Amino acid sequence: VAGATGGVAQAQAELEPNSFEDITSYNNFYEFGTGKEDPARNAGALVTEPWSIKVDGMVDNPGDYTLADLLDGLTAEERIYRFRCVEAWSMVVPWNGVELADVLAKVGVQSQAKYVAFETTVQPDVMIGVQRRVIPFPYVEGLRLDEAMHPLTLLATGIYGEPMPNQNGAPIRLVVPWKYGFKSIKSIVRITLTDEEPPASWNIINPREYGFYSNVNPNVDHPRWSQATERQIGGGLFASRKDTLMFNGYEAEVASLYEGMDLNEFY
Amino acid sequence: MDVVGTLNAALRRVPAWLVYVAGAAWAVWLFWQALNQLGPYKVEPINVLERAYGEVALQLLVAGLFVTPLRRFLGLNLLKFRRAIGVTAFFFVLAHFLVFAVLDVQSLERVWTEIVKRPYVTVGMAGFLALIPLAITSNNLSIRKLGGATWRKLHKLTYAAGLLGAVHFLWLVKGFQIEPIIYTVIIVGLLATRVKWSSLRPAATA
Repeated sequence: VAGATGGVAQAQAELEPNSFEDITSYNNFYEFGTGKEDPARNAGALVTEPWSIKVDGMVDNPGDYTLADLLDGLTAEERIYRFRCVEAWSMVVPWNGVELADVLAKVGVQSQAKYVAFETTVQPDVMIGVQRRVIPFPYVEGLRLDEAMHPLTLLATGIYGEPMPNQNGAPIRLVVPWKYGFKSIKSIVRITLTDEEPPASWNIINPREYGFYSNVNPNVDHPRWSQATERQIGGGLFASRKDTLMFNGYEAEVASLYEGMDLNEFY
Repeated sequence: MDVVGTLNAALRRVPAWLVYVAGAAWAVWLFWQALNQLGPYKVEPINVLERAYGEVALQLLVAGLFVTPLRRFLGLNLLKFRRAIGVTAFFFVLAHFLVFAVLDVQSLERVWTEIVKRPYVTVGMAGFLALIPLAITSNNLSIRKLGGATWRKLHKLTYAAGLLGAVHFLWLVKGFQIEPIIYTVIIVGLLATRVKWSSLRPAATA
């Protein structure tokens, strides 16, 4: 674990974050529409106050937590991570957040739990994408427990020291930097500990295209496009593509989680 | 109809070359916005420009397919604009392809891989190829050389191009999105107006 966080510090120093403007005006948040600029345009009406998160399943302290209760005693730190979308574009984001492991320790994970499931809020009145049913809602995601407990995995509450903008998943979202962006579920209202692999939205919609793991992997293409390279946002009209890194550049930290697994099969 | 008559009279005074000028100006304006990252091009101009050129191309293909039914069912005569609409559509498809190849994918080898490996790119490419003979023969000399009947038969390829364009769009989006479905419905509807339904029915019994 110490080695893993040491690697983060080293990696962070080399990354140049995208502007706050870039990060908050180019988003996928299908609850607010399918266009990249739709979330920034439509997410203003998202109700984030009060915010309650249901914690249930195989935990010692289940219940409905306010955001303050859930984060009480934990200090948000800045983590500058690469963010790689499954659509083959990427950004660098300076998140503010706490390690998910610390939150899970607080709610008391029981020994039989193997997975963590997450759910996004559904507010049909203000969510145009929900009204249009572009995908099934609520959006759900999940991690294996060891992935959830990894020190790189965050519950983020801010960007650039500002409270999380609505279009980026206010007030609290997951950040798993070695997986495609859609795994980093936004605006979380439920966290469930379970012993079965939980459903994941894009995996339900199209299992051939989106696996449960969805680790960034330049060697396993999306059926409709290559994942070998990516376009870094912010380079303008003539930006050149960059090679995509195994586990999005976090191979040293996370590869051991998948030892012995065929990543072509468990994509 | 009076309105149609007035419209037809007004349209007779509009030269067809205006379509080319408007098309070129629009293409340059979109490129200019992307280059300077204005409006929707602010954060990520490459994909947005690629999308924009592709969408204008599809809209022009639809416009071209509207000409005949508008004349047949409403008496509105846009025939003299059809060639310009079609050729402009071709140039937008070409621009769409160039943005895809040069600015997006950025290597000939990868362009080829994409065309071969990705069915939605294959379909789009087929639509582009279908338009090439049409663009080349969109002049009076070709009509004379080929003969009217052959020329008209060849230009039925626009039907294929329209359908391929719609499928290309349907196939590339994630989730349930309404826009490509609308294009598909309109194009299929426009093609349906071309079917000679009477000849499909079994002969009526006496």
